[in-house]
Amino acid sequence: MIVTTTKGDMDDSLLEKREGSLDNEIESTTWVEYWLEGELVHRSAHVTLKTGPSLFAEAAEF
Amino acid sequence: MANTQSMCTTFMGELLTSTHNFGVAPVRATSAADTFKGALYLTTATVDANTSVYSATNEVTGSGYTAGGVAVTNGTVPAQTNTSAIAGVAYWTPSASITYTSVTLATAFDCVLIYNSTQSNKAVSVHTFGSQTVTSGTFTLTMPANTTTTALLRLTTS
Repeated sequence: MIVTTTKGDMDDSLLEKREGSLDNEIESTTWVEYWLEGELVHRSAHVTLKTGPSLFAEAAEF
Repeated sequence: MANTQSMCTTFMGELLTSTHNFGVAPVRATSAADTFKGALYLTTATVDANTSVYSATNEVTGSGYTAGGVAVTNGTVPAQTNTSAIAGVAYWTPSASITYTSVTLATAFDCVLIYNSTQSNKAVSVHTFGSQTVTSGTFTLTMPANTTTTALLRLTTS
C-alpha cells in the first residue's frame, strides 16, 4: 500500500507502522503512524464523537 | 384532559430553522439552509460557551489546512420528537464526517468549532476530543448517531 509521507509517497513495506486507539464516553478514536528510521513521516487520526452537548429549554411557571 | 407546562417541542425544532425571531435581525434573504463550517483549535486555545464567532486566533495552522476549516455536510434537516406531555427533543447532526485531508498539523489540537459562515461566522457549538496531531495525513471527525440522545446538537425539555 502506498502511504503519503513527509518524504513523498512510499510503499508501506519500507515503513514501521504504529497504531493506537482511545475509547471513552466522549469519543472512539484510532490513529496510525508510519515511521522511517526513527522519524515520524505520516500520522492520521479518526475521531468518532459519541454525542454532543445538549441545551435544556424550560417554560417558566407563573 | 389536563394542561401541562412545557416548552413546545415544535418550537425547539423551529429554533433550529430560524422560524421564530423575538428580536431584530437577521433578515434572511433565502429559505435555503445556511453553510456551516468546522474549524480546529489548538489545545492552548480557549474556545468554549463564551465563543460567539469564529476567530483565527489559536486556530490550527499547517500545510493543507485553510483558515476557517472545512464545510460541514448538512444533508439532514433538524428533527424533533415528543416523549411525553412535558418532554421533547429537537436535534441535528451533520450528515457526513468532517474530514481534513492531506494536512500536516504539527501542534496539538483538541477541539472543533462549528460555526455559521452564512451568518457572519456566528458560533454554534464546541466539541472537544483527545489531543491530536497529523503528519502528511488525514484527520476525520465522524459524527455521532443522529438520535434524540446522541445527536451533535440537542435541544431538550422535560
